Amino acid sequence: MDIQDALRPRPPDQRPAHSNNKTKLKIEHLRKHFGAVLVLDDVNLDVKSGEIMCVIGQSGHGKSVILKHIMGLMIPDGGRIALDGATYSTPTSKPVDFEEPRRKLGMLFQGAALFDSKNVGENIAFPLREHTDLSENEIRDVVAEGLEMVGLQGIEEKMPSELSGGMRSRVGLARAISMKPEVMLYDEPTSALDPIMGDKINDLILDLRRKLGMTSIVVTHDMSSAYKIADHIAMIYQGRIIYAGTPGEIRASRDPYVQQFIRGQRKLHYAVEDEKVYEAPVDINKLRPAYRPGQHRG
Amino acid sequence: MISPLRIPVAALEKTGRLGFGLRNAAYVFFAHVLYISELAYKTVVRAPLLFKNVSLSIEQMYIIGLESLGLVAVTSVFVGGEAVVQATYQFSGYVTLRYLGMVVCKALITELCPVITALVVSSRISTAIAAEIGSMKATEQLDAMACLSLDPIRYLIVPKTIACVCMMPVLVIFSELVAFTASIITALLFTDVSLTTYLLSLRMFFFPKDLFIGVAKTMVFGMVIAMTGAHFGFQSTKGAEGVGEATTKAVMTAAVLILVFDFVIAFLVL
Repeated sequence: MDIQDALRPRPPDQRPAHSNNKTKLKIEHLRKHFGAVLVLDDVNLDVKSGEIMCVIGQSGHGKSVILKHIMGLMIPDGGRIALDGATYSTPTSKPVDFEEPRRKLGMLFQGAALFDSKNVGENIAFPLREHTDLSENEIRDVVAEGLEMVGLQGIEEKMPSELSGGMRSRVGLARAISMKPEVMLYDEPTSALDPIMGDKINDLILDLRRKLGMTSIVVTHDMSSAYKIADHIAMIYQGRIIYAGTPGEIRASRDPYVQQFIRGQRKLHYAVEDEKVYEAPVDINKLRPAYRPGQHRG
Repeated sequence: MISPLRIPVAALEKTGRLGFGLRNAAYVFFAHVLYISELAYKTVVRAPLLFKNVSLSIEQMYIIGLESLGLVAVTSVFVGGEAVVQATYQFSGYVTLRYLGMVVCKALITELCPVITALVVSSRISTAIAAEIGSMKATEQLDAMACLSLDPIRYLIVPKTIACVCMMPVLVIFSELVAFTASIITALLFTDVSLTTYLLSLRMFFFPKDLFIGVAKTMVFGMVIAMTGAHFGFQSTKGAEGVGEATTKAVMTAAVLILVFDFVIAFLVL
C-alpha cells in the first residue's frame, strides 16, 4: 500500500473487524503539571478493545506524557485511568497499584530503549526469566518466535549497538510482545526511521493486531502512518484532546488546528470548506500567544 | 521512578546557584545524604533477592574488583613509599628510626590504605555507576525496565552494591600488601634502617584490631561508593550534560562521605 492509498479513506466495510464496542482503556479528565506548566488539561480518551487508536499532535503538546501515565511511569495530578473497567491510576496511586495493569500493557519506546549491556536474545528473555516459570529451552523458543514475528530471525547474539534504528525498533517490539500484553503503546514508532522502515513498522502494528488481537495506542505525528493503521485518531493540542474520530472524519474536520496539523502547514487557517483553504493573516503563534506550549496557563 | 520529594533538592540547588551560598549548599548536601540513605535502605531490603541473580553480582565483582587491581597497585606503591619518606622526615632529629616500621604499619593499615583505596576506587566506580544509570535514564532504559515490571534497584543497584561491599576489603588487603612491600623497598633504599630492624619494628605494637577495623570500614566505604553513584545516576536529567553533572556530583559526594564516615568510625571505635 503506498501513501496515496493509505491517505484514501477506507470505507467502513473495509475497515478491520477486530474492534468491538467494549472499552479496554478509559482516560477521564487527566491532568498533569510539570512545575507551573500545565501539560495535560482534562484529557479524555476511550479506547475500544482490539482497536488501533492514534494520538496525533505537535511535539511538546503532551502525547508521550499520556502514554507515560497509562504505563504508570507518571502519577496524574487529576483524573483517572481505567483498564478493563478497573481504575488503577489516580493522583493517590502508589507504585504497587501499577503492578497488575503493567502485566497487561506493553510499550515500544521511541528509541526502542534496549538494554545496551545485554544482547538481543537476553533483552527479550529478561522479563520472561523474571516473570514466568518457562525453562531456558522454552524461553529460547519464545525469543526466536518473537524475532521471527518482527522479521529478524537469528540475531539473538547481536548487541543493540550493532543494530540499525529500524532493527532496534523491531527488537524493542519483540521484547514488548514477549509477555503477550493486551494493550500495546507505541511512542512515535516511525519518527526516527526512513519511510520504508516506517512502513514496515506500520505493517507490524497491523499484523500484531490481526494475529494477537492487541489493542494499540500509537502516539505519532506521522500522518501517513496514522491514516494507514488507525481505526480512530485523536488530536491533542496544548494538552487537550481537541478532536477524535475516524481517519475519514478527521480529514473532513473543519477545525482549523486539525487541518493545520494534518496538512502540515505552518500557518493557521480560518476554516476549511469545500476542500478550499482560506488562509488566515497571522500564524498560530501570533494568534494565540498565551497558549503556546511550555507556558503556564493557570 | 524519581520520588516527587526530590523536587526541593533541584529547587535548592537552583537558588544555591543564585547566591544563597553556604547555608543552601549545606541543605542541598544533607538533602542528598537523606536520599542516599533512603536508597541504601531500599537496596538493603532487596539484598536477599540477590541469590536469584547471583551471576549479576559476580559480573560486577569482576568489574569493580579485579579491574581495579592495577589502579590500586600503582597508588599503593606510592602510598607505601611516601609513608616511609614522610615518617623519616618527621623523625629526623627527634625519634630513632627503629620505630619507622611501626609508624608506617599503623598509618597504612588504619588510615592510608583504606581511605586512599576508597577514594581511588570511588573515582572509578561511583562515576561509572552514575554514568551508567544516568545514560540508562536518558535513553529510557529505566522506564523500559519499569514497563516490564523489572525493579531497577534490584537488577542494577543491588549487584553493584554487593560487589562494592565485598570487593573493597579485598582491594584494601591487596593495597596493604603492595604498600608494605613498597615501604620496605623504600626504607632499604633511602634510609639507614636494615631489613631486620624494619620488620621487627613492623611487628612492634601491631594489634589485629587495627587491621580488622581498617578492613571492615572499607565495607562502609563500598556502600557509600555504590549509593552515591546510583543516587546521582537516578537523579540525572538533561541527557548527556546531565550524565556529566551526575558523575561529577557522585565522585565529590562519595569523597566527602568517605572522609565523614572515616571520622565517625574512628571516633566510635578507636
